[in-house]
Amino acid sequence: MASGKAKIAGHVGEAKPHDSAVKHVTGTARYVDDLPEPARTLQLYAYPAQRAHARVTRLDLTRVRTAPGVACVLTAADIPGVNDISPIHAHDDPLLCAGEVMFWGQPLFCVAAETAAQARAAAALAEVTYEDLPAILTIEDALAAKSFVLDDQRLRKGDTATAIAAAPHRLSGRFRHGGQDHFYLEGQVSLAIPTEDGDVHIYCSTQHPTEVQMNVAQVLGRAANAVTVEVRRMGGGFGGKESQATQWAALAALVAVKTGRPAKFRLDRDDDMIMTGKRHDFIIDWQVGFDDTGRIRGADFVHAARAGFSADLSGAIADRAMFHADNAYYLDHAHILSHRCKTHTVSNTAFRGFGGPQGMLGIEEVIDAIARHLEMDPLDVRKVNFYGKGARNVTPYHMVVEDSIISELVTELEASSDYRARRREISKLNAANAYVKRGLALTPVKFGISFTTSFLNQAGALIHIYNDGSIHLNHGGTEMGQGLFQKVAQVVAEELQVDLDRIKISATHTGKVPNTSATAASSGSDMNGKAAQAAAATLKDRLVEFAAHHFQVARSDVAFLPNRIRAGDQEISFDALVKLAYLDRVQLSATGFYKTPKIHYDRNTSTGRPFYYFAYGAAVSEVAVDTLTGEYRVTRVDILHDVGRSLNPAVDLGQVEGGFIQGMGWLTTEELWWDDRGRLKTHAPSTYKIPTMSDRPPDFRVKLQDFAENIEDSIHRSKAVGEPPLMLAISVFRALSDAIASIADHRHLPALDAPATPERVLASIDALRARIS
Amino acid sequence: MAIRYLLGHELRSVESASPTETVLDHLRGVQHRPGTKEGCAEGDCGACTVVIGDLHNGAMRYRAVNSCIQFVGTLHGKQLIAVEDLADDDLHPVQQAMVAAHGSQCGFCTPGIVMSLFAQYRNSAGFDAQETADALAGNLCRCTGYGPIVTAAEMALKDRVPDQFDARAQETIAQLRAISEGGADDPGYFAPRNSNELASLYQAHPAATLVAGGTDVGLWVTKQHRKLDPVISLAEIADLQTIRETDTDIVIGAGVTYAQLLPVIAPLWPDFAEILRRLGSAQIRNVATIGGNIANGSPIGDGPPCLIALGARIVLRQGDARREIALQDFFLGYGKQDRRAGEFVETILLPKPKAGWVFRAYKISKRFDQDISALLGAFHLRIDGGKVADIQIAFGGMAAIPKRALAVENALRGQPWNAAQIEIAAKLFMEDYQPIGDMRASAAYRGKVAANLLKKCFIELSDPVTETRVAFAGRRTHG
Repeated sequence: MASGKAKIAGHVGEAKPHDSAVKHVTGTARYVDDLPEPARTLQLYAYPAQRAHARVTRLDLTRVRTAPGVACVLTAADIPGVNDISPIHAHDDPLLCAGEVMFWGQPLFCVAAETAAQARAAAALAEVTYEDLPAILTIEDALAAKSFVLDDQRLRKGDTATAIAAAPHRLSGRFRHGGQDHFYLEGQVSLAIPTEDGDVHIYCSTQHPTEVQMNVAQVLGRAANAVTVEVRRMGGGFGGKESQATQWAALAALVAVKTGRPAKFRLDRDDDMIMTGKRHDFIIDWQVGFDDTGRIRGADFVHAARAGFSADLSGAIADRAMFHADNAYYLDHAHILSHRCKTHTVSNTAFRGFGGPQGMLGIEEVIDAIARHLEMDPLDVRKVNFYGKGARNVTPYHMVVEDSIISELVTELEASSDYRARRREISKLNAANAYVKRGLALTPVKFGISFTTSFLNQAGALIHIYNDGSIHLNHGGTEMGQGLFQKVAQVVAEELQVDLDRIKISATHTGKVPNTSATAASSGSDMNGKAAQAAAATLKDRLVEFAAHHFQVARSDVAFLPNRIRAGDQEISFDALVKLAYLDRVQLSATGFYKTPKIHYDRNTSTGRPFYYFAYGAAVSEVAVDTLTGEYRVTRVDILHDVGRSLNPAVDLGQVEGGFIQGMGWLTTEELWWDDRGRLKTHAPSTYKIPTMSDRPPDFRVKLQDFAENIEDSIHRSKAVGEPPLMLAISVFRALSDAIASIADHRHLPALDAPATPERVLASIDALRARIS
Repeated sequence: MAIRYLLGHELRSVESASPTETVLDHLRGVQHRPGTKEGCAEGDCGACTVVIGDLHNGAMRYRAVNSCIQFVGTLHGKQLIAVEDLADDDLHPVQQAMVAAHGSQCGFCTPGIVMSLFAQYRNSAGFDAQETADALAGNLCRCTGYGPIVTAAEMALKDRVPDQFDARAQETIAQLRAISEGGADDPGYFAPRNSNELASLYQAHPAATLVAGGTDVGLWVTKQHRKLDPVISLAEIADLQTIRETDTDIVIGAGVTYAQLLPVIAPLWPDFAEILRRLGSAQIRNVATIGGNIANGSPIGDGPPCLIALGARIVLRQGDARREIALQDFFLGYGKQDRRAGEFVETILLPKPKAGWVFRAYKISKRFDQDISALLGAFHLRIDGGKVADIQIAFGGMAAIPKRALAVENALRGQPWNAAQIEIAAKLFMEDYQPIGDMRASAAYRGKVAANLLKKCFIELSDPVTETRVAFAGRRTHG
């Protein structure tokens, strides 16, 4: 070992496998649907409305109620509490439709039967009559009708209109990009078990157990302490199991309480994709003024985000899009206006990046527009606009960027990826090839870490040391595959200097750690790691105190060594010390709490410090495009990403690679397609295409930067990693644009919206050819 | 229904099951084996992948399949291996590699990934990146980005050591022989053993649903929630699963799977093979049959346009009566085929390659692997003295049926093979086809690309060194 110091197994920084890796590969990791069902468990089905916007004039469920196997049928009238599951309590998100259908697929009623097939068959017997109402199905329609779920928001810095008008060059444009289905492999599922006093225990696949608990209690008309939510693991979340888990949990809970029988709601893939929210699609209108070097003098963005029929988390998501409209670029004068559009489609929700990717896409389009106009390499335009150190470092929301490493990162990646030589090589190849054109792009990421709703930046943990020295760890974070449980366990192991295998990782449970925030905003390790570290530190302190007393040494003479404690010149194993401490009546259970320091934000002035710090990264992507069909391949990708000092490099690399591929899917093959009646027609993997193994670039070089730790006092100086890497995939989109631009000598910005399906790529090629001919 | 099969190494006997109960529901619900997951219930995500072992030419054969769309009756006489069966005292080498390479994150796709890797472990000589991509194209992972899984495949496959299934091969063969008698037959589910039995059964039950690989019919059950009664399974009809040659034709039994067909096609028509490589996934190709791909009459099946362009004919059988028709004449209209009550597709007659003819085919989809075509163009032609001596063009995805482009062909036949004539002919696709727009592509894109594919075919044949494709995993051996 480099330090020459013995270390525990599973220390901070060690590339340990996922805590459940062996269980995953043997099929013994249990997900909610795998739990042995209690006797008499009912299965649920929700009937989807067959209109985008309508009034239900008649709902006759007589035949449904008497169908074979049916135990219970629920309508809005059967809800004892409040018919609202809005995560912000906006009263616009009914558990069951109360008369006005707001999107095609909205649950009208719920059937509980002995089997899922019976519940579905029974629901088909419903007689429903609708009176059609005018439906707003697109962002354009919503803008025209001024149909919004929430008020507009604005960021203002300087005098943007004047700055743009005075700039040597001005450009403007409109760019649109699609949404994205989470496509977690495990669909939404909840198993509700009635307990005593009309209470309920819910096994739920959710990123936000507390919100499920609170909203279920509200639906039941009960206090929060009547509802317990437990989550061992999810089969993927990506933001889609934050607010979207509540509806199915609440229906299961309601059936359980009403019938006294266990009730399970598992959405099948199609229902899941039709009935749950997705990433917001945006239209972005932009104007920019810039000088001859490509430096931006002023930039104006108008974001129009499709919220769908209700607010859900759209306010915070659209805010984050505004906070990332600058990406890594300093904007002297900036104006960002955000519309949160209401449409009669499913309510969009959190998805990895939470608006950040959408905001960044806008300015990366602008950068390319500037580069084409000035006939510069887009990388040079990017570099001339990066945030500075000490100067040129204030964001459009007036936060000072103190930790930018984007210039160093890009300099290293530019060299390691051989960007300039490849640029020349590609020019040669493109000149020689009439039909297959190559493109190259390097794009940066600067992503703000913290919930922008400041109060959410709190976390709790609970640790027990049993008197045999084994440890039980619990905290408010949830495990959805991201390796959070292992990282937090490594933090605790490090703090107590015991091998990782002594620590039992346990399911997230609202009865153990209350009032948790969602495992979201990439904050899981930062916050729960700190909370668990605090709990472990409390225990360690008690053990030090006890050891000092027991061995009659000063506290300063007590040291925690790997799996043992030294007190003066004596050593004792951790287990033995714990046993002695127990016999001496030392409390061996502790809670820990953490709240992120330094952050604040004033919504009235749109200023403050919403982020504790920023995570950075950059990627270079190369593509080859078939100009006859619009098909393409991503042939090589180089990534340099910033996780500060990694808690677990294997887990972090997994997040970087996986996030990149997921982002690439969003911008390339994943297309959500609604018909003109508002029906989503891409609601299963047969029609909705996430990347497969062969879409992974054959040459894929991923590295974590090793020159800078987090300048803030984060957990072991690490940085959050869940979301930022997704945005590295913007380089793929820009590389496609670059390949297309090559057919017009890179003098024009191709008109290309996302996702860049082969169809959109071909249309872009044809439009550019028409423009130059 | 009396079904006997091995679950891992243990005999299971199922006395009663719905004929359309899926293997996945059986595993999870009846056998209490929740390791295998449902991700989509349509054979597209692979989370439900299991491996089926059967006796083939006296040895064990192992194939990955999607348990979510396989009916439980297909298990009779076979070995079903699910994720819980792989480890003995130690993890199986593919499991060890998945742990060591950090190949799982959320873990929900992992059992399916492990089973596809296991199938590859059984069937591969070593590691090959393209083979692994093909073996796992039907396994979606939303977390890892696949890199660690490729690494795991390499670790497990490069130094393959015998596993417990090698050690128990003889024992397994004996066990399967002992249970192979009888069958799953009951009034709702028939599994005839030869085509004569099938012919008489189908005549007696003309309303029955024929199920070969079940990769389409399975979805009628899991997605459309239809009740099928009775079902006639074609999976055990050995004489429909043969490929033989005559002087003029390759004679392909309707029950031949695409996995069987691919190596026969590869040396003859590399483009056809490339399309078959991208058709479905390994799990689909292992059971999906050429006959099923024809008989279901889909306008977007990938086999028929290629077969039509190559001049394939089919033999239809009703009882003892047989008739032979050109494949292109089988498709009458959307959902309508020239097939009489009790009549089934028995064989496909694919003319052998003829001197001077060249074949090009292009599958266009949003995603390269495991995606349904937006359109597929197949071009079969002979150039002689700078002129088009003869040409057959067929497209899928452009009409309600797989269909010839007769107007385009006529504009080319006998004409000079040059860019000017191609321009003229390409405009005529709009006479041959009135494509629809849907979630896979707009009508305009389909029309535009059909014309461009003809141009691409021209470029490739007239200027073979020019780069025209961004993806081609096959090996072109000629023209």
